[in-house]
Amino acid sequence: MAGCSCKDKDVNIVCRCEDITIEEVRAYIDKGITDLEQLKRLLRVGMGPCQGRTCTPVIVREIAAATGKPVGEVPLTAFRPPTAPVKLGVLARGEEDD
Amino acid sequence: MRHTEICIVGGGPAGLTAALRAAALGAAVLLIDRNDYLGGQLIKQTHRFFGSKQQRASERGINIARELAYAVQEEEKITVLTEATALGYYKDGVVLVEQNEKIIKIKPKKLIVATGGAEKTLLFPNNDLPGVYGAGAVQTLVNVYGVKPGKRVLMVGAGNIGVIVSYQLLQAGVEVAGIVEAAPRIGAYWVHASKVVRAGVPIYTSHTIKRAWGESEVEGATIVQLDENWQPIEGTEKDFDVDVICLSVGLSPLTELLWQAGCKMEFVPELGGRVPVRNENLETSVPGIYVAGDVSGIEEASAAMMEGALAGLNAARALGYNAPDLLQRKAEILKELEGLRSGPVGEKIRTGLAKVTC
Repeated sequence: MAGCSCKDKDVNIVCRCEDITIEEVRAYIDKGITDLEQLKRLLRVGMGPCQGRTCTPVIVREIAAATGKPVGEVPLTAFRPPTAPVKLGVLARGEEDD
Repeated sequence: MRHTEICIVGGGPAGLTAALRAAALGAAVLLIDRNDYLGGQLIKQTHRFFGSKQQRASERGINIARELAYAVQEEEKITVLTEATALGYYKDGVVLVEQNEKIIKIKPKKLIVATGGAEKTLLFPNNDLPGVYGAGAVQTLVNVYGVKPGKRVLMVGAGNIGVIVSYQLLQAGVEVAGIVEAAPRIGAYWVHASKVVRAGVPIYTSHTIKRAWGESEVEGATIVQLDENWQPIEGTEKDFDVDVICLSVGLSPLTELLWQAGCKMEFVPELGGRVPVRNENLETSVPGIYVAGDVSGIEEASAAMMEGALAGLNAARALGYNAPDLLQRKAEILKELEGLRSGPVGEKIRTGLAKVTC
């Protein structure tokens, strides 16, 4: 819509859970931080409810483009349980006796 | 701790078929699914399948889901846990599950992972505006809950899902302004694509979405043409007045449990991302862990059902169950799968599978 009166926010979200934009990710990559594990700790990408199912493939492609590494050789982060959000109380109660 | 012969994670087309085939040989099966229903993505597939009769041609996914779910519930050897989410796999072979805020530990002799896939997303300015949906989500809204996502939709992606969901939106009385496809040709079968084309929906190949517009929700979108290097060509922008942007840009396999189990994984773009290396029995590099359906590579429901059947038979066989015609059953399924993956349409899948099947 050329001449659209609406505000052009230009928000380009890569991690929907944690509201992180691709520009924020690229800024770190430009500083030389091309390790997904480090990006995760610095930006919280992939640490929300979906556990990186949405953002990881996109960020891995960015890292691959920046480093020249093939996408398949960009290391992912560790896949630790739990794979889905679970209340601490539920875990703490443990398994009920049969 | 619950012990079972075979635990199957995921009650979609692959998991249900695996359960039925394994149980038919005599194996005790524990099937878990995180939803409160069985059938997975089949329950929203209101279109008819096509292909051969064995591939359930002319049946609708929703009816196949009902039939499989009914058969699974009737089968004495199968125990079903719904609203049960697999939280993790541990080195001692235990699957941790949460059901109704209770923890269950399952120790199976064999594990079949049939967790399916998740929708991929796309980067473009304002992609967080309300009105930007995944195509799968839109299909659930419309076909399962009877809710229209909006009045006028721009579909991004002309694979089978994008094209089928576009047609189902038209059936629901929602306008489809156009379908955008970055590749020079559509990925969908023509049997589906020709329906939307006949209905007057334009398909823009070699185009992508450039941006969404809107203050607090989607009010429009701009698309742009791509050159042969997938770069946008300035001056080719087109604007659309739409209140929904629907992303149908592929799926990625839901492989967390396999990573936790230490299965060898390979990046295979043709199969949607990193997928497990498997042998022809669909067993991963970790003995006793099998895969079937989209988790092993994004394909179709028909292929998922056949892989499920194979994984179910093989897991039961590895436990010592047998039948006089077992090898014949396996050979029939393999032949059907080969047929399904034959020709130019199956080329991508064949290339992908060749990289991870040992």
